[in-house]
Amino acid sequence: MIEDEEIEILLTDLFDIHGYDFTSYSRASLKRRISRLYSLDKFPSFAELRYRVRTDESYLKRFVEEITVNVTEMFRDPSFYLSLRNDVLPILGTKPFIRIWHAGCSTGEEVYSMAILLKEAGLLKKSLLYATDLNPSVLEKVRKGIFPLIQMKQYSESYISSGGLADFSTYYTANYGQAKFDQELSDKIIISTHNLVSDSSFNEFDLILCRNVLIYFDKDLQDRVLKLFDASLGSLGYLALGSKETLKFSAVQNNYKQLNREKIWKKIV
Amino acid sequence: MEEDSLNPEIELVLIGGSAGSLEVLFKLLPLLKADLKPAIIVVLHRKSAGDSSLIDLLSTKTVLPIQEAEDKDLILPGNMYLAPSDYHLLIEKNRTFTLDYSEKINFSRPSLDVTFEAAADIFGALTAGIILSGANDDGTIGLRAIKKAGGKIIAQDPTTAQMPLMPQHAINNLKMDHIFNTVEMAGYLNNL
Ligand SMILES: C[S@@+](CC[C@H](N)C(=O)[O-])C[C@H]1O[C@@H](n2cnc3c(N)ncnc32)[C@H](O)[C@@H]1O
Repeated sequence: MIEDEEIEILLTDLFDIHGYDFTSYSRASLKRRISRLYSLDKFPSFAELRYRVRTDESYLKRFVEEITVNVTEMFRDPSFYLSLRNDVLPILGTKPFIRIWHAGCSTGEEVYSMAILLKEAGLLKKSLLYATDLNPSVLEKVRKGIFPLIQMKQYSESYISSGGLADFSTYYTANYGQAKFDQELSDKIIISTHNLVSDSSFNEFDLILCRNVLIYFDKDLQDRVLKLFDASLGSLGYLALGSKETLKFSAVQNNYKQLNREKIWKKIV
Repeated sequence: MEEDSLNPEIELVLIGGSAGSLEVLFKLLPLLKADLKPAIIVVLHRKSAGDSSLIDLLSTKTVLPIQEAEDKDLILPGNMYLAPSDYHLLIEKNRTFTLDYSEKINFSRPSLDVTFEAAADIFGALTAGIILSGANDDGTIGLRAIKKAGGKIIAQDPTTAQMPLMPQHAINNLKMDHIFNTVEMAGYLNNL
């Protein structure tokens, strides 16, 4: 078991030595993740773990990857995607060009889901999807667009509940237990590392999705990140959050109007 | 006073269940008094992700203020919180909730073990954990953490459980403080 003080020591090291600032992250989550990694990697002592994190660049990469939560799915919360189809894409479709930012996209299942929606709405050609995350290794998976075949049955069901009419399997090629999604989709995805804690706005977007990332941040950091999104969203743009996240009580809430029951807000200024 | 430090007041009660536990809650909740002292967190394995109706259903059974736990909500005494579906429910030092979308544990999200362990870490000896009917092993590891922190651990009497496996697994592996039927459980909670 890792002690609370030891967590703080690691966070200080991560910042002082490597420039990663996790100090505003949920301690309950960090403690679980670090304890899990500590026993998974069989460290004999905390001192040993600390030494590795301080000095071993390749272990640092693993450490950061494992203490952040990278779980994701295609078409998670189908009603959310249904609302994107019905309420958001028709409006975005009136623009000559569509820019979408997936912040904290993890391995990209959400980004490919979005690309499929755009294709079905006939908008993929004039769209660009920016996929960013803190972890370079998850982004490598976004680039490849290869996901475990075993999950396709469930993804296909969610796709159908999200209003999808096609045969889901037409979007990928199955091979050796993997599903490789069409090049046509990946061609529209631009990948870059971006740390929501320390990096600034890099473009203006029509739709920003940041789902299940803010739950790991404290109130102040949530507010800061929402301001960053606000600054990165064009007028009348859309902001989409995870099903348990909200703009309510944030500094920017007055600039937005929630569309419906889904966690989608329209910028009204 | 001596007595108090040895037997600290329970400030947080966790009730965890899986298959067959809803029936128990339907019987238990109406028996709880309105000015119950501790906060109660209910963690249930649920089948479908989107069933938000469970909270409405439970609220018809109790006079206590009940809500689905939301990210950053403060845990208040005498209030009842239901862990939302498809997230793990964690607790911070300042007694607020954090929702977590990490891997399923024991094929479950929310998992009893995750919330029980988090509670043991923050509320320590002020925690009581109750395990109800269910058909898997989730909860035992969490109860062990509560016990280790000095809290109380309780199992539904397996002979009264629709699915005895889950409480039985805890009983087989841990020294339980109590094994209760529903009425005894209510009596215990009302006297905290
Ligand atoms: C639980 S996943 C969410 C994935 C996806 N958006 C979804 O909802 O299915 C959280 C992601 O946020 C990323 N993340 C955490 N902190 C971040 C930060 N400061 N900047 C950018 N990404 C971050 C993690 O690396 C992880 O991939």
